[in-house]
Amino acid sequence: MNNVTMKPPGQSGALYWIRENLFSSKLNTVISAICIYLLVKFTIAVVDWGILNAVFAADSTACKAASGACWGIISEKYQLIVFGTYPRDEQWRPLVAMVWFVGLIGCSLHRSFWKLWLIPLWTGSLIGLGVLMWGGVLGLSYVENTQWGGLPLTLLLAVVGTVAAFPLGILLALGRQSELPLIRIWCVAFIELVRGVPLISVLFMASVMFPLFLPEGVTIDKLLRAQVGIILFTAAYLAEVFRGGLQALPKGQYEAASAMGLTYWQTMRVVIMPQALRIVIPPTVNSFISTFKDTSLVLIIGLFDLLATAKVAITDPSWRAFYVEAYIFVAAIYFVFCYSMASYANNLETDLRKGEQH
Amino acid sequence: MSLNTQASAEDILIHINNVNKWYGDFHVLKDINLDVKKGEKIIICGPSGSGKSTAIRCMNRLEKYQSGEILIDGILLDDNVKNLEAVRKEVAMVFQHFNLFPHMTILDNLTLAPRLVNKMPRKDAEQMAMSYLERVKIPQQAHKYPGQLSGGQQQRVAIARALCSNPRVMLFDEPTSALDPEMIKEVLDVMVELANEGTTMICVTHEMGFAKQVADRVIFMDDGRIVEENTPNEFFDNPQNERTQLFLSQILGH
Repeated sequence: MNNVTMKPPGQSGALYWIRENLFSSKLNTVISAICIYLLVKFTIAVVDWGILNAVFAADSTACKAASGACWGIISEKYQLIVFGTYPRDEQWRPLVAMVWFVGLIGCSLHRSFWKLWLIPLWTGSLIGLGVLMWGGVLGLSYVENTQWGGLPLTLLLAVVGTVAAFPLGILLALGRQSELPLIRIWCVAFIELVRGVPLISVLFMASVMFPLFLPEGVTIDKLLRAQVGIILFTAAYLAEVFRGGLQALPKGQYEAASAMGLTYWQTMRVVIMPQALRIVIPPTVNSFISTFKDTSLVLIIGLFDLLATAKVAITDPSWRAFYVEAYIFVAAIYFVFCYSMASYANNLETDLRKGEQH
Repeated sequence: MSLNTQASAEDILIHINNVNKWYGDFHVLKDINLDVKKGEKIIICGPSGSGKSTAIRCMNRLEKYQSGEILIDGILLDDNVKNLEAVRKEVAMVFQHFNLFPHMTILDNLTLAPRLVNKMPRKDAEQMAMSYLERVKIPQQAHKYPGQLSGGQQQRVAIARALCSNPRVMLFDEPTSALDPEMIKEVLDVMVELANEGTTMICVTHEMGFAKQVADRVIFMDDGRIVEENTPNEFFDNPQNERTQLFLSQILGH
């Protein structure tokens, strides 16, 4: 190991680091001082408002008297915000469903679980989750999916949206590069059409226009229509992300694969896609995060996701004044999920790179 | 399918008959004719842009040609997918830039074609791969990734990978042009060994020492044509065409 080098004396420790990085010159010292001052001021204000002067009890009169935050609205309304209009007595069901769902995703993200049995596990889990949420069997009372709302709905739309959009995006990206002109034209047309309009209009089409084209008496569930809209929208964006990865690979990789006699699909599966997808991990995660947050647009077609239920919660006259706290609560939930995705992607990237570096 | 036009008694592996190719309006191959017998070592040289790489890439259909015909072991190379699959099993190629798959270990690079194309069980494929890695003298690198190897080592891996598909013909497209000078020898040594074992080889290269050592025939291309074709002794000592003379004086002169 020749990367173990001796450090010169007196050049280590926290004090040395602070001097070198924060106060190395006059300008640097001034900038550091200003930043530290602002940071301290900000922290004090936040602690004052959010903790010291805050009211945690679900008591709206106490809240109005206090100068700090009113977390009481969360204690009062969290069931509504998190679970929407799902019947109160049955809310353990979406809770179990969410924990199960998040646990399943957590397992699937771990490399040692990347085996074929993930497919039956997912299929089984999705059926189980459906039973749990809808009920109507096994002694569970039936809950119509128009009553689903809050975090379970947001997770459902986002996760199913991205998981289903992923393979579709790969096919669209490959189709866009196909040598068969008809496939290419269809893929390009689809991608450009969907990318050319906002998600809100795709959802609107799915919810308002699409039923007009259905024959009399045929209805397709609103939630399903919204879900399909989100899948198609996300797939179009992912397709462009994946295309970037495909184009970044040198032509020699394709040539070597076909010279050794691999078929098109073998080449894509074993040689091209593993490399292309790795290159595009950052923009892919970016897309996922966008999709997760964009699900809040389903409000306009009458579905109550996490953000919409928070809005409903603050329509209560006695709590109306404390909308900031409610939004902070929702923002924190969004942040936890989005930040987890981002850090998982970072870890995955480092992990994948580790083995192969020079 | 099998069109044995020429005498197969002579064991002709590659039969190229009047092949022409254009890139758009650019006439890149002009009336190429060449027969390669089993076990023959052919060196193709010529100035850049003379069509030598294109010619060799036509032999496994990485490039298509527009007229004429190429038969590999009696199989006609055309748009027929079955024929193409059959030819790709018989012809292996080593590239200028190695083209190893950087996300796979050396061993996985080597076993890929045997496992997916020839449906060999993983264990047998790995055994064979190790034996070829020993032949190119880097068995200890089997579990590393291509990025961890030097250029010379990578090219030796690429040669081993080509051998793993058990080809009847090996094509080399400027195998040493992308290498640092001190690594050229280790790759050429492996190639000389292959040649001595009787492998049928077609090699585009500027390594004239290698050509003298192993070639049965040297082919000189210029402007899309085969200008001269001779034994190495005649080719180097007594070149007939003035373009050959000029080319040789330029690359041997310095």
